[in-house]
Amino acid sequence: MHPASSVIFFTTASGAGFGIMSWLCVAILMGHYTLTPHTIVMGVIGLVLAGAGLLSSTLHLGNPQRAWRAVSQWRTSWLSREGILAVLTCLNFAGILALYLTSGVVLPWMAGSCLVLSLLTIIATAMIYAQIKPVPRWHTKLTVLCYLGFSTSTGMAVIASVSPTRYHVYLAFGGLVLAWVFKLLWWQRASRTSLSHDGSTTATATGLTGFSSVKLFEKPHMTQNYLMTEMVFEIGRKHAARLRQIALLAGGLLPFICLGLAIMTGQTAGFVMLSCVMHLIGVGVERWLFFAEAEHVVALYYGKS
Amino acid sequence: MTMLPPEPTKKLGLVIDLDICVGCHACAVNCKEWNTGGYGNALSDQDAYGSEPSGAWLNRIHSFEAVPMDAQGTPQPSDARIVHFPKSCLHCDDAPCVTVCPTGASYKRAEDGIVLVNEDHCIGCGLCAWSCAYGAREMDRASGVMKKCTLCVDRIYNENLPVEDREPACVKSCPANARHFGDLADPSSDVSVMVASRGGFDLMPEQGNKPVNKYLPPRTKTSRCASQTRDDEVPDLVSLAQNNQSTGILGWLDRTLDAIS
Repeated sequence: MHPASSVIFFTTASGAGFGIMSWLCVAILMGHYTLTPHTIVMGVIGLVLAGAGLLSSTLHLGNPQRAWRAVSQWRTSWLSREGILAVLTCLNFAGILALYLTSGVVLPWMAGSCLVLSLLTIIATAMIYAQIKPVPRWHTKLTVLCYLGFSTSTGMAVIASVSPTRYHVYLAFGGLVLAWVFKLLWWQRASRTSLSHDGSTTATATGLTGFSSVKLFEKPHMTQNYLMTEMVFEIGRKHAARLRQIALLAGGLLPFICLGLAIMTGQTAGFVMLSCVMHLIGVGVERWLFFAEAEHVVALYYGKS
Repeated sequence: MTMLPPEPTKKLGLVIDLDICVGCHACAVNCKEWNTGGYGNALSDQDAYGSEPSGAWLNRIHSFEAVPMDAQGTPQPSDARIVHFPKSCLHCDDAPCVTVCPTGASYKRAEDGIVLVNEDHCIGCGLCAWSCAYGAREMDRASGVMKKCTLCVDRIYNENLPVEDREPACVKSCPANARHFGDLADPSSDVSVMVASRGGFDLMPEQGNKPVNKYLPPRTKTSRCASQTRDDEVPDLVSLAQNNQSTGILGWLDRTLDAIS
């Protein structure tokens, strides 16, 4: 699948934004009824990341001026649900901040609803991909776990950077490990999930099942078309193994070492900031691979098997 | 509205005969011609006269090489054949391209099962194209909306056309009569009878989309052409050509010219 940079930025940035909002709502529900300047900065960063991501996602649309129509089909469409949930989460969270800044009050029920909405938004984003049966590598519940994992890990990484308390660093460490456990499981499944995972082959795609072999003889045309550039994307796939190593190293191992050093030495701020930056870069690379490595069964009509 | 309608009582669709299609691409060209001036935005091309032309097409013809096997499952490579394979929207009963649409632009008609895009509501997100296993939808790069086969909805009900022209452009233009149009929900329709008698099939049934369009398989070759008898029955063309059997004035001329040279 074509890795559109606007969609990679959108899923990474708004994922982190909703992760931040989720954690701050958890903190409020755990009895932290006062918001400090630190938490307000975190909250604003969360809103900015989520908003920037959502705006970026409209850049890949053919007609972004009609994007408002996407709120209408929540009964069947995960993309529609995602749009609605994202806007509701941001409004709910902005409401919490505004209420506190104007009257010094924090209402736990608002944090509760915001937490639920925020997690549902992340799930809806993941379901846009996980629902696509023709892309066997995406079509798994592990995709949802990966998005939840990286949203919460990047969210906590930002929180720990703004306020590197011992508690935050431990949570960032735990979140990082959990997110990568999900992703490694996903990669492991992906490596044994071929294009014919659901039984689709060139023979079933053409219905020529009574033959001993069927292969493409001639494409319909000599040059590229939308289907090929969008769904039979192959550029850079030869670097996939190297990019996986980079994603794991920058997004997982180095932040892991930085946070470990932060915990051991007590010199938290620099290490935590560094781990956050690397983790976000690594997740960006991981997200590029998520698209670039995914194969669509339409490739069966273009000579893949 | 992107909820699928109740199962339509009428299911208009195509039946494509892979035994007959000669791969001439006339259906694709006529499809492009009709649909660039018909329903919705024009079907645009990019770099049309440059080195890397591309464009939106609603119908494309792929060609496959199929190697048959004998009753024991042994491949018969000397009997390999080319199967021309036209592909367009299959107007699925369970069309995922309809339910994933966030705006309601993608819809399936309750009255005849045709899947269409309301181009005024389409935001061009491309999710419907991702959800389609068959690659039936292509983004129009000029108008930024998704294009797909309309089953020539602006022909088949068009009272300004003579009755005999009220069928999809691809069906009308096929010079080999490999494409047929009709109601696949009606078991007595010509297309349904054809599907039943020829063993018509669905593409990628495992994807669970329940396509309406059906394909008819290539017929098996007769035993006369099978590889094990061919060597005995086909005359030796080389010696036949060398053996001058011509008679009459042409034969005389041939022999005389041979003698002179």
